[in-house]
Amino acid sequence: MSHNASIPHRLIGQDAPPAPSLVRATFTVLWTPINGFLEWFGELGLFSWQVLRAAVRRPFEGQELLRQFDEIGSKSLPLVALAGAAIGFVLSLESRSSLVHFGAQSMLPAALVYSIIHETGPIVTGLVVSGRVGAGIGAELGSMKVTEQIDAIEASGVNPYKFLAFTRILACILVLPLLTMAADFCGVLFGWIAETAAAPVSFQRFVSQGFAGSSFKDFLAPTFRTLVFGLIIGMIGCFQGMRTRGGTAGVGLSATSSVVLSSLFVILADVILVKIILVFFS
Amino acid sequence: MMPAEQQVLPVLEESAGTRTMAGSSKRSDTPAVVLGGLHKSFGSQVVLDGIALTVQSGETLAMLGRSGTGKSVLLKLIIGLEKPDSGSIHVHGQEITRLDLEALNAIRKKMGFLFQHAALYDSLSVEQNIAFPLRRHTKMTDSECTDRVKQLLASVGMESDLKKMPSDISGGMQKRVGLARALALEPDILLLDEPTAGLDPITSGEIDELILKLQEEHDMASIVVTHDLQSAKTIADRITLLHEGHVLIDGSFEDLEKSDNEFVSEFMKRDS
Repeated sequence: MSHNASIPHRLIGQDAPPAPSLVRATFTVLWTPINGFLEWFGELGLFSWQVLRAAVRRPFEGQELLRQFDEIGSKSLPLVALAGAAIGFVLSLESRSSLVHFGAQSMLPAALVYSIIHETGPIVTGLVVSGRVGAGIGAELGSMKVTEQIDAIEASGVNPYKFLAFTRILACILVLPLLTMAADFCGVLFGWIAETAAAPVSFQRFVSQGFAGSSFKDFLAPTFRTLVFGLIIGMIGCFQGMRTRGGTAGVGLSATSSVVLSSLFVILADVILVKIILVFFS
Repeated sequence: MMPAEQQVLPVLEESAGTRTMAGSSKRSDTPAVVLGGLHKSFGSQVVLDGIALTVQSGETLAMLGRSGTGKSVLLKLIIGLEKPDSGSIHVHGQEITRLDLEALNAIRKKMGFLFQHAALYDSLSVEQNIAFPLRRHTKMTDSECTDRVKQLLASVGMESDLKKMPSDISGGMQKRVGLARALALEPDILLLDEPTAGLDPITSGEIDELILKLQEEHDMASIVVTHDLQSAKTIADRITLLHEGHVLIDGSFEDLEKSDNEFVSEFMKRDS
């Protein structure tokens, strides 16, 4: 039987279209997401440049900056404090059972403080703020974009990169270390509450034991790496919001992508910054 | 190349000269807006294909055309929210397509823009919406600013709605507030994107009357994009009909009515 038997007659002969090249198809499938990824980074770079240029020119929009401190800072405080408290409480409970097993329960305050200040406090604050503020900025600016409010700001001779983006990004950068300190404090406080419920110890003694092996430098570098987290959250939230396309579906997409991308980049930045801190500050 | 401030300065001086206060008839010889060979495409879709138009100071031009013919895009090009692919846009003699942002913002302060859906800032009250350009571009004190906002709201018949939020007022009222915000800086050029779209005939008539009244008071050049022939007839000195990226008719409403062009006849018939 001929191999051509199952091939339709219209595809046989000189006029038949060439079979799609497997290499070309594979290349297209692989290239499309890579191209989209590179395009996204290119646009983010351009956006960052516009924000940076707007930032150094008058007026400095102090009133809007204060409003954003309140929106991003004060209103995130309860959530961040609660997350810090829960992490401290659970860490204390979990660590105690393990340390008792090895007869090292006296190490608990130091282990808890080290863990919270070095890693748990900053990353939990970063992720909580990514969720709350990233989604808020993405949705707010996205909704302003699709309802032409950003165009209206621009049409009235005000630079939206400064008025909307720079104020939010700067507020995120400046409040993140403060929120981290609040999360750290609540974590240590609730760690002590969990510990003192099992084996009563004064807060003063718990803290002095906790910080016995630590210096101010140990506290400084991890807390201030959250400046970078703030930059990431603010920048990605504003960027995703201001490039929103379409109607309400576009706004939803901007809010979701702001949270997902800022959380992802906060975690990536954390990995890189921890390594840098270990190299330069240890 | 001249610094932005030097480029803008003559324009500001000229604008100050042409700015007419209520009742004045002093006008500049320089046309308010001149568009030359304007092309604009989005991807493969050609929206504007060599548009040339002139709008004189104090003149009201109504721009008609089917949906998607680039009328709103044209307004956005004039205020610099979009960039043309090619062609020139002169505002009071100043070519704006190559200006940097600071110089462009200086020109924008002389223009008022009413968006199709008003585009009021939904986190700000009616008062704050109108005060937004005043607080940024003038040195008014708080009380002066409030007085000016009250005066503007009174001129659009909404003096009692100062503290309301945009979500608490109707579409027609939002358009009025948008109009008041567009007039806040006493612009020389007013760009109105479908001011009566989505409104009932009575409210549309009220908005038309309001535009006419404001025209008489402020004597600005206005470009009004509309689908409403009755509205165009009421408020405009001149009508332009856009079709397939070109200006099909540029003249009086009578010219439009008398035209024997097939598309124009169809356009007029559908609306009547």
